[in-house]
Amino acid sequence: MEIVDKVVQDEPMARVQLARHDKRPYALDFIERIFTDFHELHGDRKFMDDAAMVCGMARFHGQPVVVISHQKGRDVKERQARNFGMPKPDGYRKALRIMQLADKFNRPVFTLIDTPGAYPGIDAEERGQAEAIAVNLREMSRLKVPVIVTITGEGGSGGALAIGVGDSINILENGVYSVITPEGCAAILWKDAAMASRAASSLKLIATDLLKLGIVDAIIPEPEGGAHADWDEAARLLDHALQESLKRSQSHSVEERLEMRYRKFRLMGAVDGKL
Amino acid sequence: MSWFKRQTEKIGEIAPPEERTVKTEGIFVKCDNEDCGATIYRKDLKENLNVCPTCGHHFRITAKERLHMLFDDGQYEERDSGIAPTDPLHFVDNSPYLDRLKKAQKATGLLDALVTGKGKLAGHEVVICAMEFNFIGGSMGSVVGEKITLAIEYCVEKRLPLIIVSCSGGARMQEGTLSLMQMAKISAALARLDDAGLPYISLLTNPTTGGVTASYAMLGDLNIAEPGAIIGFAGARVIEQTIRQKLPKGFQRSEFLLEHGMLDAVIDRRELRGFLADALAFTESNH
Repeated sequence: MEIVDKVVQDEPMARVQLARHDKRPYALDFIERIFTDFHELHGDRKFMDDAAMVCGMARFHGQPVVVISHQKGRDVKERQARNFGMPKPDGYRKALRIMQLADKFNRPVFTLIDTPGAYPGIDAEERGQAEAIAVNLREMSRLKVPVIVTITGEGGSGGALAIGVGDSINILENGVYSVITPEGCAAILWKDAAMASRAASSLKLIATDLLKLGIVDAIIPEPEGGAHADWDEAARLLDHALQESLKRSQSHSVEERLEMRYRKFRLMGAVDGKL
Repeated sequence: MSWFKRQTEKIGEIAPPEERTVKTEGIFVKCDNEDCGATIYRKDLKENLNVCPTCGHHFRITAKERLHMLFDDGQYEERDSGIAPTDPLHFVDNSPYLDRLKKAQKATGLLDALVTGKGKLAGHEVVICAMEFNFIGGSMGSVVGEKITLAIEYCVEKRLPLIIVSCSGGARMQEGTLSLMQMAKISAALARLDDAGLPYISLLTNPTTGGVTASYAMLGDLNIAEPGAIIGFAGARVIEQTIRQKLPKGFQRSEFLLEHGMLDAVIDRRELRGFLADALAFTESNH
């Protein structure tokens, strides 16, 4: 019995490690398998082009769409160039610019979330990291086009949510979505990052818990062993789920879609004993 | 019994001269600002809106003190006061979340970290939400999210202006991803307030950080702050650990944000009501 408890206790941290697996398919790996005619669009037209955020126009089963995604690096050099998938305000502003471009031309938006979090640094604070995230939350809620959100790996707090407001919220089987990293939570509550496993368990950040809490709509299965074991199969499963989500969102009028998106987030939270 | 027997207890031991002191606790307070440290007569501090008369340091005030200070004659009607927190994750750290909640409720007399009031400010009808830092660091969980969203929806329905006074360490860890989602919920409601053409003034006070800054605190038609408030997204310690450098002096203070274009103005608490009165008059065409 104790062993079973231990396994249950350790499962969330094991998922966190899978979500961070260094062979896990990243956004561009999924994009090249699922979308065609992808053209990356760069820059926020204010300050710079943030390589931790990849945006572009593409076709999804023939239909013109835009893709907005966090991008991690595979080797040391690329990891640095991509800032470990942690965008600065400029990345979020670029994402908003491209989403509004899609809105103007009535093209659906797909977002792929995989970030440890928004970058915590002096320059990011100076240029308004908080403001950039906040504006995205507000503006995504009123995009008229379908917005399909998928957490493919790490859903790191505000830095993830900043491209996470949409009609469908999907998560890959080994994806996680949390208000704080398990390490950060452990450091605050127990002054000990080694308690991360316990924090991961407390935070209810794995897919099945998120589904129960009403935060995600669907869990997308991964190949045996995890997405890193078979990128093609992982992409095929994701593709299938994206088609379903898009079809559902497109079946509604703009007014219905906006009302449903509002209601979805409006109902999140637990007060007065109700959930 | 002798007629001269003492009827009452003896007078207690008289304190030795070295222990004879005047008790001033509660009468005087020391300024929080380390560089100042002035001793202030408590009544003077209160009359000065809890701003140090010597150095201008702004003391933190409670949510109810804030509402009392902002509304005309301190009069307001509290809204949505019965919304209570729960423990959706059954979160246990060193002490169970429910115990933390009970302790905070007892200490503050509030059910959670936000008070909503409706009343008049310089004659303008207005809804003001004020955060309570003494309630688990003013952290935003489901109740804060729900009460702010209800306040925004009420403003849309009644065509009223909204002021939110932020004072918070950010999203509440003990409600996990549900806390994070409050950022999206409130921001979506603010989009509707904006679509309705109604004004929202965000007042950032010490401190306003994390998910609160990265949602409603930065979405005001006007974003204003009290002097010297810590305002930012990431905590200073997290940034120092990430970049392995000491942070510059004044980093993430109101004045730093003003300089970097993130705030419309930094307003002294003693000028605040005057500023808000003018701002509400400016936006009145749409109320």
